[in-house]
Amino acid sequence: MSIRSLKENIVEDTFTADKETGGRSLMQSAALRFYRNKAAMLSLIILCLLILSAIFGPYLIPFGYEDPDWAAFRSPPSWDSGHYFGTDQNGRDLLARTLYGTRISLLVALVATVVSVVIGVSYGAVAGYIGGSIDQAMMRFVDIMYALPYILFVILLMVIFGRNVFLLFAAIGALEWLTMARIVRGQTLSIKEREFIEAARATGLSTSAIIFKHIVPNLTGPVVIYAALTIPEIIATESFLSYLGFGVQEPLTSLGTLIADGAGVMEVLPWLLFFPAGVLVTLLISLLFVGDGLRDAFDAKELKR
Amino acid sequence: MIKYAFNRLLTTIPVLWIAITVCFFILRMAPGGPFDGDRPLPEAIKANLAAHYNLDKPLIEQYFIYVGNVLQGNLGPSFTTPDFTVSEQLAVGLPYTLILGGAAFFVSLVIGVAIGVYGALKRNSYPDHILAAIVLMGLVVPGFLVAPILQLIFGLKLNWLPVGGWGDGSISYLVLPVTVLCLPHIARISRLTRGSMIEALNSNAIRTAYSKGLSDTAIVWRHALRPAMMPVLSYLGPAAGFLLTGSLVVESIFGIPGIGRYFINAALNRDYGMVLGTVVFYMVLIMVLNLLVDIFYAWLDPRVRTR
Amino acid sequence: MQKLFSRLILPISFLILSFGQAQANTLNIHNGSDPASLDPHKVSGNWEDRIVSDVFEGLVAEDNTGGTIPGQAESWTVSDDGLVYTFKLRDGIVWSDGKPVTAGDFVFGFQRLMNPETAAGYAYIQYLVKNAKAINKGEIKDLNELGVKALDDKTLEITLESPTPYFVGTLAHFTTFPIPKHVVDAKGSEWIKIDNIVTNGPYTPTEWVPGSHVLTSKNDKYYGADKVSIDNVKFFALDDTTAALKRYRAGEFDIMTDFPTDQYEWMQKNLPGQAQVVPSASLYYYSVNTQKAPFDNADVRKALSMGINREVIGPQVLGTGEIAAYSWVPPGLANYTSAQITWKDLPYGEKVAEAKKLLAKAGFTKDKPLKLQLRYNTNDNHKRIAVAIASMWKPIGVQVELYNTETKVHYAEIGQGILDVARAGWGADYNDADVFLKLLRSGTPYNYGRYSNKEYDALVNKANVTSDVAERAKLLQQAEQIALDESASFPIYYTATKNVVSPKIKGFENNPFDIHPSRWLTKED
Repeated sequence: MSIRSLKENIVEDTFTADKETGGRSLMQSAALRFYRNKAAMLSLIILCLLILSAIFGPYLIPFGYEDPDWAAFRSPPSWDSGHYFGTDQNGRDLLARTLYGTRISLLVALVATVVSVVIGVSYGAVAGYIGGSIDQAMMRFVDIMYALPYILFVILLMVIFGRNVFLLFAAIGALEWLTMARIVRGQTLSIKEREFIEAARATGLSTSAIIFKHIVPNLTGPVVIYAALTIPEIIATESFLSYLGFGVQEPLTSLGTLIADGAGVMEVLPWLLFFPAGVLVTLLISLLFVGDGLRDAFDAKELKR
Repeated sequence: MIKYAFNRLLTTIPVLWIAITVCFFILRMAPGGPFDGDRPLPEAIKANLAAHYNLDKPLIEQYFIYVGNVLQGNLGPSFTTPDFTVSEQLAVGLPYTLILGGAAFFVSLVIGVAIGVYGALKRNSYPDHILAAIVLMGLVVPGFLVAPILQLIFGLKLNWLPVGGWGDGSISYLVLPVTVLCLPHIARISRLTRGSMIEALNSNAIRTAYSKGLSDTAIVWRHALRPAMMPVLSYLGPAAGFLLTGSLVVESIFGIPGIGRYFINAALNRDYGMVLGTVVFYMVLIMVLNLLVDIFYAWLDPRVRTR
Repeated sequence: MQKLFSRLILPISFLILSFGQAQANTLNIHNGSDPASLDPHKVSGNWEDRIVSDVFEGLVAEDNTGGTIPGQAESWTVSDDGLVYTFKLRDGIVWSDGKPVTAGDFVFGFQRLMNPETAAGYAYIQYLVKNAKAINKGEIKDLNELGVKALDDKTLEITLESPTPYFVGTLAHFTTFPIPKHVVDAKGSEWIKIDNIVTNGPYTPTEWVPGSHVLTSKNDKYYGADKVSIDNVKFFALDDTTAALKRYRAGEFDIMTDFPTDQYEWMQKNLPGQAQVVPSASLYYYSVNTQKAPFDNADVRKALSMGINREVIGPQVLGTGEIAAYSWVPPGLANYTSAQITWKDLPYGEKVAEAKKLLAKAGFTKDKPLKLQLRYNTNDNHKRIAVAIASMWKPIGVQVELYNTETKVHYAEIGQGILDVARAGWGADYNDADVFLKLLRSGTPYNYGRYSNKEYDALVNKANVTSDVAERAKLLQQAEQIALDESASFPIYYTATKNVVSPKIKGFENNPFDIHPSRWLTKED
């Protein structure tokens, strides 16, 4: 939420610069620039590794994420026992739980981001394309929503949806679409003046067809960047909610839940904090670098430096 | 300018009304009531309590009673602390939250801008990269993790600062909570400042100034900083609101009796009046802060006013 | 603006003031949650009891081991039928404003407790008193019908519904404290504000910052004031026990009333003797829905109960060594020896084998597992125990879905009978086995599993009108044995009191009721 205006600035600045270069060539040169950005590329590789291990890792280790090892409660990391990350207070293998937690955290972020993208793009594109007083009214509503103390509403939603974590993150996504809608509306306003839209209109296509077939596909750049910047924010929100005790249900876990649990025992069972926190920090940093890399890659002004 | 501010204030009223309405009904959808607990009360006593707080009336009637009270500036009773009304509780907690949030706001602005400007002037040098890396950690490590680590290091191992509480209200009690509250904002503000400062330094006006042989400091202070601060300012509105909500964590870990703690406890305890009161209160506060930032913005950049 | 300014200055200045007071002999207690109120009729938790029982005193009081001693009453007599109690008040007892405490203040307190308008949550504890229940339910409008009468300023007569041997013990409970009628008459509902409140206990509240602390100061007008050593007691509200422990280590707290279990081992090593874990008169149990198939089958319940390896829960899962529970009534209650589960001493392997057999008989095997939902409220220890028990049940052919809700929702739902198996706990409000046995009586609201057995009910009801102590214990024991044999509910362990006490504090005696009135404590500098 607080990062909102920051993101908006970044994304809007990026896309006001060089529309005249046209969609395709912009994409290609951006890909090339991204490829040359060492930090972003390294982050992308780390990110892919993390995602792959979250997907396949749990199948490769001998311990389940919910089964206790009655012989090893609170045992520190050790090669001999096979608990490379140690075990928790229920004798459960921390490596298995970390892998599983990463998976849940990523899934949750994905759900929330998809929801925010779908709502934001539709809302922004419709407002921008139709324009006039409808646009005014729709954007006024967005302004109003901005004034709500967002995190308080998330907590209230949590109190009600307490049980279903995916429903909740869909709800967070539904609160996170505001900035997306603003950006998309701005882009739409400029795209709709272009010739190919005029042409589409001349052939008698319906308004909805023009919006979803011709305008939305041209919004990919800003949408991707914004989505990349939203994911770490959702993951951070998830860990915040876990700390407040609104995390996912046992025996499932998430990075946030693991860290919130580990933070209380950092002096006595440090491994319970160290490993999941390491993964979370790595994940967030690489997501941020990838997001920054994307932004820089699309930003023509950046070349002038 | 006054008309602008007044109009902005007028629009907040429907927003408040919508928020109260939504919250009111959302809360009642939540399972569990204020008088459920580990010692379940006999039905007769529950009925007494419900009657005492008007909870036995139809929901819509309760809603009108509540809105009527709010219009008269009365936020109603608190179920969890019957000795205080909601307004009284908020009045007690407000100064703590404001002092904490205000200090954090100021500190993150000063440090964030300083790091950002330094980074822009020495861009891509080692100090720039190192600072950027440190600041980034502040952004990605959650506050509920930073707080106990700082308590452990500065409170217990080094024994420099109190571990928690408000004590006599002296600065030493503020250092750790303010630090925790600041870190993510220092990161964001410094990143923003660095970006816009680089842009400003690359502008033609600055190049001309350099060619005239003005010193670095003069250029930064007189020409670059003001345009570079514009995007930072627009971040400050939401940041002010976020500092308040960020205090949810900080207040509960450091045991500071601010408003942030009330909200979570009230939501968990189904203290309807307290939850609504906190939401209304936070919204008004955030709106006022946003308004101040906007006015400041308009004062700095005349173009906004004419728009 | 000026108002805002003064509001900003206020907390700073009065905190400086209170810091000044802290130089006197001040006991700093980490007390858990924020108290809801200081009004004895509006509180319920033990963190509130600690404050309220320090500032008010009932007819009887508690010594430093939780035993009953004379309080505001110096003596009392009981009629031969056990129905009428006559209390003689102590000479020279006064409120903290100097006004005498009279029998009328006690009558006023009892009437206010039962008055439906007060909406006192804990009124039911005193339903023992004649007409109390009817008045509280609004069936009798005249408060003077209540069986509490002032014969004169110094003599109080209480009439009961039926003979109750443990009645005097319940009079130490905060619900029965006298209320200063003269202050309530003058100030109305404002009487409880920190500037108005007067009390008759060893301390009197002087400052309350919600979310931070309640400060009480020694009441010099209290009859036993010369034996009270500590001048001020500061009860800190801080729910995060991990953060609280750090403040204890920094010397900011003298006593903690709870601690994070994971730190126990560390504390034993680094703060030797300070973390004190003692069995208490309370029970941690799993309630099972006896009205719902297949849990209506006593064999299924027995299998589930046998499948729980109680011996590892305290030492291994919690790490604080709580004692495994094989009885419904915890040990240590007056005049009572608990009945025991018959299969208690079987080795765990045999219990598992037997459990499997019982489940197979009921039609559940590993391939066709018994599916159940295990409910617990949000808390680290509850979570840990639920996870452990779910995995103990897995091998006997039970598939568990863990269902976590926050406390309010948890109790709202299980109170309506929405549960398969759910966590619960109970502590002794007064020193009598009935506290626990009433939980399984038909139709009691806290009987979450809706256990119902006519024979059990008859035995408990009969016991409660039996005045012969030994005879009564025998009846209660028979009832307990029935409930255990039918696995009416699964006792898991006896909860322990978990205090951390600084070596500076003397006079802190561990007891199963976890009662430690500040008046008996001393603090060395």
